[in-house]
Amino acid sequence: MPAQIKSRIPSKAAKDEIIEIKLQITHDMESGHRKDASGKVLPRRIINKMVCTWNNEVVTSADWFPSMSANPFIVFYARATESGKITIKFHDDNGEVHETSADITVG
Amino acid sequence: MSDNRTAADLRRRDFLAAAGVGAVAVATLPRMAKAEPKDADALVAKLIGGAQPKEGKVKIQMKDMAESGAAEPIAVTVESPMTAADHVKALHIVSEGNPNPGVSSWHFTPRSGKAEVSFRMRLGKTQVVRAYAVMSDGSVYMDKHEIKVTISGC
Repeated sequence: MPAQIKSRIPSKAAKDEIIEIKLQITHDMESGHRKDASGKVLPRRIINKMVCTWNNEVVTSADWFPSMSANPFIVFYARATESGKITIKFHDDNGEVHETSADITVG
Repeated sequence: MSDNRTAADLRRRDFLAAAGVGAVAVATLPRMAKAEPKDADALVAKLIGGAQPKEGKVKIQMKDMAESGAAEPIAVTVESPMTAADHVKALHIVSEGNPNPGVSSWHFTPRSGKAEVSFRMRLGKTQVVRAYAVMSDGSVYMDKHEIKVTISGC
Protein backbone atom coordinates (compact mmCIF):
# COMPACT_ATOMS: atom_id res chain seq x y z
CA MET A 1 0.00 0.00 0.00
CA PRO A 2 1.45 3.39 -0.88
CA ALA A 3 2.21 5.49 2.16
CA GLN A 4 -0.56 7.97 2.84
CA ILE A 5 0.25 11.21 4.59
CA LYS A 6 -2.27 13.22 6.53
CA SER A 7 -1.19 16.68 7.55
CA ARG A 8 -2.51 19.61 9.49
CA ILE A 9 -0.64 22.78 8.63
CA PRO A 10 -2.26 26.22 8.97
CA SER A 11 -2.89 28.03 5.68
CA LYS A 12 -2.43 31.47 7.25
CA ALA A 13 -0.14 32.83 9.95
CA ALA A 14 1.03 36.18 11.33
CA LYS A 15 4.64 37.15 10.72
CA ASP A 16 6.92 35.41 13.26
CA GLU A 17 4.06 33.37 14.65
CA ILE A 18 5.07 29.86 15.66
CA ILE A 19 2.89 27.38 13.82
CA GLU A 20 2.22 23.76 14.64
CA ILE A 21 2.85 21.09 12.01
CA LYS A 22 1.05 17.80 12.60
CA LEU A 23 1.59 14.77 10.41
CA GLN A 24 0.59 11.16 10.26
CA ILE A 25 1.98 8.75 7.70
CA THR A 26 0.72 5.21 7.21
CA HIS A 27 3.80 3.01 7.32
CA ASP A 28 4.53 -0.37 8.95
CA MET A 29 7.93 0.82 10.22
CA GLU A 30 9.05 -2.83 10.13
CA SER A 31 11.76 -2.87 12.78
CA GLY A 32 13.86 -5.76 11.50
CA HIS A 33 13.44 -7.60 14.82
CA ARG A 34 10.14 -9.36 14.16
CA LYS A 35 9.78 -12.81 12.66
CA ASP A 36 7.06 -14.18 10.40
CA ALA A 37 5.10 -17.39 11.10
CA SER A 38 7.91 -19.57 9.68
CA GLY A 39 10.50 -17.94 11.95
CA LYS A 40 12.18 -15.90 9.25
CA VAL A 41 13.26 -12.42 10.34
CA LEU A 42 11.27 -9.77 8.48
CA PRO A 43 13.70 -7.36 6.86
CA ARG A 44 13.87 -3.86 8.30
CA ARG A 45 11.92 -1.25 6.40
CA ILE A 46 11.33 2.04 8.14
CA ILE A 47 11.28 5.73 7.36
CA ASN A 48 14.80 6.69 8.37
CA LYS A 49 14.69 10.42 7.75
CA MET A 50 12.21 13.26 7.76
CA VAL A 51 12.98 16.69 6.36
CA CYS A 52 10.73 19.75 6.59
CA THR A 53 11.56 22.67 4.32
CA TRP A 54 9.98 26.11 3.99
CA ASN A 55 10.56 27.53 0.50
CA ASN A 56 13.35 24.96 0.07
CA GLU A 57 15.16 26.00 3.23
CA VAL A 58 15.44 23.29 5.88
CA VAL A 59 13.53 24.16 9.05
CA THR A 60 13.61 20.89 11.00
CA SER A 61 14.83 17.42 10.14
CA ALA A 62 15.02 14.14 11.99
CA ASP A 63 16.73 10.77 11.83
CA TRP A 64 14.45 7.92 12.85
CA PHE A 65 15.33 4.48 14.17
CA PRO A 66 13.30 1.27 14.55
CA SER A 67 11.99 2.37 17.97
CA MET A 68 9.62 4.80 16.25
CA SER A 69 6.09 3.38 16.26
CA ALA A 70 4.23 2.13 13.20
CA ASN A 71 2.16 4.80 11.43
CA PRO A 72 4.24 7.64 12.87
CA PHE A 73 2.24 10.55 14.23
CA ILE A 74 4.43 13.58 14.81
CA VAL A 75 4.10 17.19 15.87
CA PHE A 76 6.73 19.91 15.57
CA TYR A 77 6.85 23.66 15.00
CA ALA A 78 8.07 26.34 12.62
CA ARG A 79 8.42 30.13 12.74
CA ALA A 80 6.33 31.81 10.05
CA THR A 81 8.83 33.86 8.06
CA GLU A 82 7.34 34.40 4.62
CA SER A 83 4.52 33.16 2.42
CA GLY A 84 5.28 30.12 0.38
CA LYS A 85 5.35 26.37 0.46
CA ILE A 86 6.04 24.01 3.35
CA THR A 87 7.24 20.59 2.18
CA ILE A 88 7.81 17.50 4.27
CA LYS A 89 9.71 14.54 2.85
CA PHE A 90 9.89 11.09 4.40
CA HIS A 91 12.82 8.95 3.24
CA ASP A 92 12.05 5.23 3.19
CA ASP A 93 14.67 2.46 3.68
CA ASN A 94 13.77 1.18 0.20
CA GLY A 95 14.82 4.49 -1.38
CA GLU A 96 11.32 5.87 -1.93
CA VAL A 97 10.56 9.39 -0.80
CA HIS A 98 7.05 10.12 0.46
CA GLU A 99 6.21 13.78 0.22
CA THR A 100 3.49 16.23 1.16
CA SER A 101 3.32 20.00 0.93
CA ALA A 102 1.08 22.88 1.90
CA ASP A 103 0.83 26.54 0.92
CA ILE A 104 0.90 29.16 3.63
CA THR A 105 0.22 32.88 3.56
CA VAL A 106 2.14 34.96 6.08
CA GLY A 107 1.22 38.53 6.99
CA MET B 1 18.59 -49.28 21.16
CA SER B 2 21.03 -47.23 23.14
CA ASP B 3 22.86 -50.41 24.06
CA ASN B 4 23.63 -51.03 20.41
CA ARG B 5 25.10 -47.57 19.81
CA THR B 6 28.56 -47.60 18.33
CA ALA B 7 31.20 -45.01 19.13
CA ALA B 8 30.60 -43.47 15.71
CA ASP B 9 26.88 -43.15 16.49
CA LEU B 10 27.62 -41.39 19.74
CA ARG B 11 29.95 -38.97 18.09
CA ARG B 12 27.34 -38.32 15.45
CA ARG B 13 24.70 -37.65 18.15
CA ASP B 14 27.03 -35.30 20.00
CA PHE B 15 27.82 -33.49 16.82
CA LEU B 16 24.15 -33.07 15.93
CA ALA B 17 23.29 -31.86 19.41
CA ALA B 18 26.13 -29.36 19.39
CA ALA B 19 25.19 -28.18 15.90
CA GLY B 20 21.57 -27.82 17.01
CA VAL B 21 22.51 -25.70 20.00
CA GLY B 22 24.74 -23.59 17.81
CA ALA B 23 22.00 -23.03 15.25
CA VAL B 24 19.52 -22.03 17.93
CA ALA B 25 22.01 -19.62 19.45
CA VAL B 26 22.66 -17.99 16.07
CA ALA B 27 18.96 -17.83 15.24
CA THR B 28 18.06 -16.14 18.52
CA LEU B 29 20.97 -13.71 18.51
CA PRO B 30 19.10 -10.77 17.00
CA ARG B 31 16.35 -11.16 19.59
CA MET B 32 18.77 -11.55 22.46
CA ALA B 33 20.54 -8.33 21.50
CA LYS B 34 18.37 -6.25 23.83
CA ALA B 35 19.78 -2.85 24.58
CA GLU B 36 21.15 -2.27 28.01
CA PRO B 37 21.91 1.07 29.63
CA LYS B 38 25.54 0.70 28.53
CA ASP B 39 24.45 0.42 24.87
CA ALA B 40 22.52 3.65 25.35
CA ASP B 41 25.66 5.20 26.88
CA ALA B 42 27.73 4.12 23.87
CA LEU B 43 25.22 5.66 21.46
CA VAL B 44 25.05 8.88 23.49
CA ALA B 45 28.86 9.13 23.44
CA LYS B 46 28.68 8.92 19.64
CA LEU B 47 25.86 11.48 19.38
CA ILE B 48 27.13 14.16 21.76
CA GLY B 49 30.86 13.42 21.85
CA GLY B 50 32.66 14.16 25.08
CA ALA B 51 30.21 16.82 26.30
CA GLN B 52 29.07 16.51 29.92
CA PRO B 53 25.27 16.61 29.96
CA LYS B 54 23.65 18.77 32.65
CA GLU B 55 20.19 18.20 34.08
CA GLY B 56 17.55 20.79 33.25
CA LYS B 57 16.04 22.71 30.33
CA VAL B 58 14.87 19.44 28.73
CA LYS B 59 11.58 17.89 29.75
CA ILE B 60 10.19 14.51 28.72
CA GLN B 61 6.43 14.17 29.03
CA MET B 62 5.08 10.67 28.92
CA LYS B 63 3.04 8.37 31.09
CA ASP B 64 4.61 6.45 33.99
CA MET B 65 2.98 3.23 32.89
CA ALA B 66 2.16 1.92 29.43
CA GLU B 67 -0.21 -0.99 28.87
CA SER B 68 1.16 -1.65 25.41
CA GLY B 69 4.58 -0.61 24.25
CA ALA B 70 3.55 -0.46 20.59
CA ALA B 71 2.90 3.27 20.26
CA GLU B 72 3.42 5.26 23.41
CA PRO B 73 2.99 9.04 23.07
CA ILE B 74 6.03 11.04 24.12
CA ALA B 75 6.62 14.79 24.00
CA VAL B 76 9.98 16.44 24.58
CA THR B 77 10.33 20.17 25.21
CA VAL B 78 13.55 22.17 25.43
CA GLU B 79 13.67 25.67 26.91
CA SER B 80 15.38 27.96 24.43
CA PRO B 81 14.77 31.37 22.79
CA MET B 82 15.56 29.72 19.41
CA THR B 83 17.45 32.75 18.05
CA ALA B 84 20.41 32.60 15.68
CA ALA B 85 22.75 33.16 18.63
CA ASP B 86 21.09 30.80 21.08
CA HIS B 87 19.12 27.80 19.87
CA VAL B 88 18.83 24.07 20.22
CA LYS B 89 20.76 22.32 17.47
CA ALA B 90 19.79 18.73 18.11
CA LEU B 91 17.55 16.67 20.33
CA HIS B 92 18.32 12.97 20.73
CA ILE B 93 15.85 10.54 22.26
CA VAL B 94 17.48 7.33 23.50
CA SER B 95 15.98 4.15 24.93
CA GLU B 96 17.74 2.02 27.55
CA GLY B 97 15.63 -1.08 26.97
CA ASN B 98 14.84 -1.43 23.26
CA PRO B 99 16.78 -3.68 20.84
CA ASN B 100 18.27 -0.51 19.32
CA PRO B 101 18.99 2.32 21.75
CA GLY B 102 18.30 5.06 19.18
CA VAL B 103 14.72 6.32 18.93
CA SER B 104 15.00 9.56 16.97
CA SER B 105 17.37 12.50 16.56
CA TRP B 106 15.82 15.86 15.68
CA HIS B 107 17.79 18.70 14.12
CA PHE B 108 16.49 22.22 14.66
CA THR B 109 17.27 25.65 13.25
CA PRO B 110 16.23 29.09 14.53
CA ARG B 111 13.34 28.78 12.07
CA SER B 112 11.98 25.83 14.03
CA GLY B 113 10.42 28.44 16.36
CA LYS B 114 10.53 26.20 19.38
CA ALA B 115 12.38 23.04 20.22
CA GLU B 116 9.47 20.79 20.94
CA VAL B 117 8.44 17.52 19.33
CA SER B 118 5.94 14.81 20.01
CA PHE B 119 5.64 11.40 18.46
CA ARG B 120 4.92 7.81 19.42
CA MET B 121 7.57 5.28 20.29
CA ARG B 122 7.92 1.56 20.82
CA LEU B 123 8.86 0.25 24.25
CA GLY B 124 10.33 -3.24 24.54
CA LYS B 125 10.18 -3.46 28.33
CA THR B 126 10.08 -1.38 31.49
CA GLN B 127 12.90 1.07 31.04
CA VAL B 128 14.31 4.58 31.23
CA VAL B 129 13.90 6.89 28.24
CA ARG B 130 16.44 9.71 27.96
CA ALA B 131 16.52 12.94 25.97
CA TYR B 132 19.65 14.99 25.23
CA ALA B 133 19.53 18.53 23.84
CA VAL B 134 22.64 19.92 22.15
CA MET B 135 22.64 23.73 22.31
CA SER B 136 24.23 26.07 19.75
CA ASP B 137 27.02 26.91 22.24
CA GLY B 138 27.89 23.22 22.50
CA SER B 139 26.46 22.61 25.97
CA VAL B 140 24.27 19.55 26.46
CA TYR B 141 21.22 19.19 28.71
CA MET B 142 19.32 16.01 29.47
CA ASP B 143 16.26 14.54 31.14
CA LYS B 144 15.19 10.97 31.82
CA HIS B 145 11.88 9.29 32.48
CA GLU B 146 11.16 5.80 33.76
CA ILE B 147 8.18 4.03 32.26
CA LYS B 148 6.73 0.67 33.21
CA VAL B 149 5.63 -1.48 30.28
CA THR B 150 3.12 -4.32 30.55
CA ILE B 151 3.23 -5.66 26.98
CA SER B 152 6.35 -5.35 24.86
CA GLY B 153 6.00 -3.36 21.66
CA CYS B 154 9.20 -4.36 19.87
